[in-house]
Amino acid sequence: MSTTDLLRANLLSPIALSFALGIVARLVRSEFSLPKDIYIGISIFLLWSLGLQGGIELHHSSLRAIAWPAAATVALGCLTPVSAYLVLRRLGRFTAADSAAMAAHYGSVSAVTFIAATTFVKGQGAEAEGFMPTLLTLLESPGIAVALMIGAIQTNTRGRPIHEVLHEVLTGRTMVLLVGGLVVGFLIGDRNWEVIQPFYDTRGAIFRGLLCLFMLEMGVTAGARLGDLRKVGGFLLGFGMLMPLVHGALGVWLGHLAGLSIGGATVLGTMAASASYIAAPPAVRLTLPDANPTYYLTSALVITFPFNLMIGIPVYFQLARWLGGAP
Amino acid sequence: MTPATMKLVTIIAEHVLREAITADLKRLGARGYSVGEVEGEGTRGVHAQDWQGKNVRIETVVAPEVADRILTHLAGTYFHDYALVAYATTVEVVRSQKFA
Repeated sequence: MSTTDLLRANLLSPIALSFALGIVARLVRSEFSLPKDIYIGISIFLLWSLGLQGGIELHHSSLRAIAWPAAATVALGCLTPVSAYLVLRRLGRFTAADSAAMAAHYGSVSAVTFIAATTFVKGQGAEAEGFMPTLLTLLESPGIAVALMIGAIQTNTRGRPIHEVLHEVLTGRTMVLLVGGLVVGFLIGDRNWEVIQPFYDTRGAIFRGLLCLFMLEMGVTAGARLGDLRKVGGFLLGFGMLMPLVHGALGVWLGHLAGLSIGGATVLGTMAASASYIAAPPAVRLTLPDANPTYYLTSALVITFPFNLMIGIPVYFQLARWLGGAP
Repeated sequence: MTPATMKLVTIIAEHVLREAITADLKRLGARGYSVGEVEGEGTRGVHAQDWQGKNVRIETVVAPEVADRILTHLAGTYFHDYALVAYATTVEVVRSQKFA
């Protein structure tokens, strides 16, 4: 399949089109939006399913299979905030606080982008390793920690101490459900899993259907911020698309070196390329109050998220296929 | 029971500040507080969490000197960087010993 075919297949997926409809709904000023509690409920379901399924798969994986991919993930978590910071500070001439704030978002990971990537590679017949959710939990916090530390060193911050804020990141919804799900999934064993699998299966109809609903609301949220694109300027627009390509390529390459399959390397690349917009914003707001939220919210949610969803994922997949020697 | 005159301090702030502010209130002498979520618009525009949480309105009834302390503290700590409004109004309460 050529890159163009992959792009077309991805753009016509229910996930991408749901997201697009959300944006359109907002642009035509429709009153449509998902009630917040339902949106939060769906995100809990998605994360919990992901954790449980990851735990079951973890049960079937050997430590040796996970060790190198885990090391690659932690390396990415420490590297990507530094590269993002340097590009923003040196080339973009942003303040230290703004650069560190955005670096925290690009160093961390977006769980929704992760789900989109796993769904995409599955659809292409190149399913990723089952332990990928474990890597997702590994990548969530180092990036935020590294970037906030850069910020603390480079600025005279009046914000809250980093360790207090990191506690909030580590005990947030994403981490509790993912890590908790991994542990529970690992412990319950196959026979118990069979009973609840029809409900929680991340390959199943319920998961994918709810993901589309979730994407509708993500589109509405992104659409509401489209106007902010004018405020952030051309540099950030380019940064929001080129930085993911660099981080994505690095992630795919490291994933390949660590022995991941084509699907696994694609998902790791996507994780490295994605920018967090759920865990990072409140942590950054409290630790780096000088940083302008319009910059980090707009670049992570309005530029990088749709870019990865629409274009990035198929590109990382093509790269992984090429590295993996697929025809 | 004769009502006593106290101050009702109302704070409307970004959702991320909820924990920090309620901890401040207790430290500065408030005996209790109420928190609710509110929606609205102000001069600051974007809020770091406005797709996850709304703004919070925190209310506490305190003695006038405590109200002064709270408002001074909020002004010095948060006004520069965060979207936050705070004001005090005079209220008549019964059982005033509950608040002081």
